[in-house]
Amino acid sequence: MLATKHYFILVRLAVFSLLMTAALLHADDRNPLAGNAKAAKAGEYEFRINCALCHGLGAHGGGRGPDLTRAVKKHTHSDAEMFQVISNGIPGTAMPANGTNGQGVGMTDEEIWQIITYIRSQEVKAPAQAVGNASRGKELFHGDANCSLCHMVEGKGGRLGPELTGVGGSRTREAIIDSVRNPSRRLAWGLTEATKEFPQEYETVTVVTADGKQIKGVTLNEDSFSVQIMDASEQIHLLEKDKLRSFQKTRQSAMPVYGADILSDKELGDIVAYLISVGPK
Amino acid sequence: MRGRGWIESSETQVRARKSGASAPRKGAVTTAGFSPDGPLGLKAFFWRIRNAAPSASSGQALKGPLFHGIVRGPARLVATIFLMSIFASWTTAQVTFERLVNSAKEPQNWMTYSGDYTGKRFSALDQINLTNARTMVAKWVYQTTATGKLETTPLVVDGIMYATAQDNRAFALDVRTGRPIWMYQRQLPGDIRPCCGRVNRGVAILGNKVFLGTLDAHVIALDAKTGAVLWDVAAADYRTGHSFTVAPLAVKNLIVIGISGGEYGVRGFIDAYDADTGERKWRFYTVPGPGEPGHDTWEGDSWKVGGAPAWNTGTYDAATNQIFWPTGNPAPSNRGEGRAGDNLYSNSLLALDADTGKMNWYFQFTKHDEHDWDATQVPVMIDVMTAAGGKHLIAQADRNGFFYVLDRTSGKLISANAYGKITWSDTKDAEGRPLGKKEASPTLEGRTVCPGAAGTTNFMAPTYDPQTALFYVTARDQCDTFSTAPQPYEAGHAYYGSAYFPSEEAEPYRGFLKAIDPATGEIKWTFEHTSPTWSGVLSTAGGLVFSGDAEGNFIAFDAAAGKPLWHFQMGGAVYAAPMAFAIDGKEYVAIAAGSAVYAFGLP
Repeated sequence: MLATKHYFILVRLAVFSLLMTAALLHADDRNPLAGNAKAAKAGEYEFRINCALCHGLGAHGGGRGPDLTRAVKKHTHSDAEMFQVISNGIPGTAMPANGTNGQGVGMTDEEIWQIITYIRSQEVKAPAQAVGNASRGKELFHGDANCSLCHMVEGKGGRLGPELTGVGGSRTREAIIDSVRNPSRRLAWGLTEATKEFPQEYETVTVVTADGKQIKGVTLNEDSFSVQIMDASEQIHLLEKDKLRSFQKTRQSAMPVYGADILSDKELGDIVAYLISVGPK
Repeated sequence: MRGRGWIESSETQVRARKSGASAPRKGAVTTAGFSPDGPLGLKAFFWRIRNAAPSASSGQALKGPLFHGIVRGPARLVATIFLMSIFASWTTAQVTFERLVNSAKEPQNWMTYSGDYTGKRFSALDQINLTNARTMVAKWVYQTTATGKLETTPLVVDGIMYATAQDNRAFALDVRTGRPIWMYQRQLPGDIRPCCGRVNRGVAILGNKVFLGTLDAHVIALDAKTGAVLWDVAAADYRTGHSFTVAPLAVKNLIVIGISGGEYGVRGFIDAYDADTGERKWRFYTVPGPGEPGHDTWEGDSWKVGGAPAWNTGTYDAATNQIFWPTGNPAPSNRGEGRAGDNLYSNSLLALDADTGKMNWYFQFTKHDEHDWDATQVPVMIDVMTAAGGKHLIAQADRNGFFYVLDRTSGKLISANAYGKITWSDTKDAEGRPLGKKEASPTLEGRTVCPGAAGTTNFMAPTYDPQTALFYVTARDQCDTFSTAPQPYEAGHAYYGSAYFPSEEAEPYRGFLKAIDPATGEIKWTFEHTSPTWSGVLSTAGGLVFSGDAEGNFIAFDAAAGKPLWHFQMGGAVYAAPMAFAIDGKEYVAIAAGSAVYAFGLP
């Protein structure tokens, strides 16, 4: 009896998993709404409600989410992959699974396809001819432009500023240029708490310790009572605020403003070309 | 807007107590090893018999599980009579309505969401005070095993703490050790529709029962001693977006509770259930139906999906038998097109007759809201004289950025003063109510408005300290770009009609604890947090105010000056409000952070 029961359970399980596989394949195989203009319009509104908080209006990238108008994306290539990413999120990043960001309710499969249709409609084809000279950009980045003093790309460079290996894949060319020309602008973008891990993003601090020593650096983290700082020589300082003689914090970036007089448009174009070349292959 | 079972039992024992000189308190359950903690009466007697020196007297020893030891001689007879009286009262209520009304008489307990019916979240305990707060230590930590934010305010009754966690976990703890007595977890359907996390803000207690609203829109009664389900009623269909996240309020023999689901276009309501049977005694729809006053404030059929949920716990005035309950945003939350009118009774404070649920008065804070500014903040009953008169007042620090003081007998506005950064209003009507500007209305392209969608404050509980006569509230300055997005209603599906995101030009978000003088609306002091917090606030007779921050600190402030005196890093962000209790004559302060509940006390 028991064996028969088990047998039936096994058969049922097998049938069930076959059905499930079929269903999954069917659901995720291709976008049933691909190219449908009406679906793209509906997707635009769904995008505003569910995605724009991070990815910005028009999918051009926001304070946190990457620019999705790039034809080549870091985590997804096919519509099916995009469906998976929207449904399940990306572990280790701020991208939440559908319906779990603490604000939204979750989208139906149809709405996810609408959003994908919309994103596809917004994509800008990458120019056939690469803009800028990536190898010249690499020389500048790790040489005369001094970028690598603070920024790391593919394991080479400094730690004071953000690691930039992936930036070419997630930000628009315009956004990267803007953050070089106006480095403090990005710092003013707030984060929402739902996925917040650190409240600070490269704020600049200057403290004077009880024995009169001045330390200047960027915050690694901070709360009302303590601060963790990295100074220009990449030393980490762990400080209690009530033991400091003074504590000053500014959202002026520690990064110098690179005007056209320091870095020409062509040179900057080359650096951006380099950053894009080390993005997704 | 804005939120799986096993039972673990422990050896329990019976003991009884008598409160003061009057009504005898009924039997209470505690864990093994408890010693008496009451001021006087039978507990103290029990303490004496338990601690009677065995060597000093003759006679037979009375041994047994109830006594943890030996009772000698003359105590035996008295103890036997005492035992009989316990069993005689076994079936009657522990937490009576009278006890809830007179909660000020037992500051060692915290028996309702806000600590008492007035909503003050003030503890009369003063053992932890300005002098010794800096020596506070963590006494215990209880890990709930739940992931995600905790919004619970624990209740404490006679040595047992009752609190909740994600996915409708509820549990009872020994307040001295943090050890669980029982745990309950609801088996929720896979397709529930919580708006903003699978959260819960706590339970109500009455008699021998603990009451919980569930994410699948049921109201359930649990046995306070075991966590077993005693009754379970469905208030609404969860598949159409109804859910409960609120801590219910026990009033008389009723369990009052408000629905969530403003993000799904539910028609909001406040319900009252018979505590014994679960039978629904009344329902007040926060969106009036055809023929009812206020119905004409809705365009066409928009009232049917009008929102106005009621997801935060109200207060109760025993003198007038009125329940004060606040309501949330109209639906869709950020798109006014299609629901022209004031949209009553969204974003309002309602005064309801406790026995019938009939409305005595209402006050609408934000008319025809298009910014998701639920008025679901705890309405706090205060008795102070203001320049404009009054005495029996009710104060609400609203999500829309204004601090309102109303006469609680009539609902008449006394004053409304901004307590944060606001851009949506620059005029007031004849009564003094702030009115919205047309330019604050969201558009397709997006318009930047302050406060943002999270509001100047939100669900985080405020506190009023009668000693400093100040109202303390967690506040934030944040502006958002509000953009509309046409969205048809579909049952059980998100119904925002909008999107909002950080404004590109906006300053970084800033978070504060603010002390407001309700008599004048003046802000007496401000403490700026490192970033905005979702923590509630507690005040105590020790001259202290307690709150938590997003970085995981629990902080004690000087209530008069706003200076932090002590802090403890709990390792997880705070979304809950603190409370205080005492056991064995020792004061504790407790709060949930991360996925755990923490209790602090003096060393």
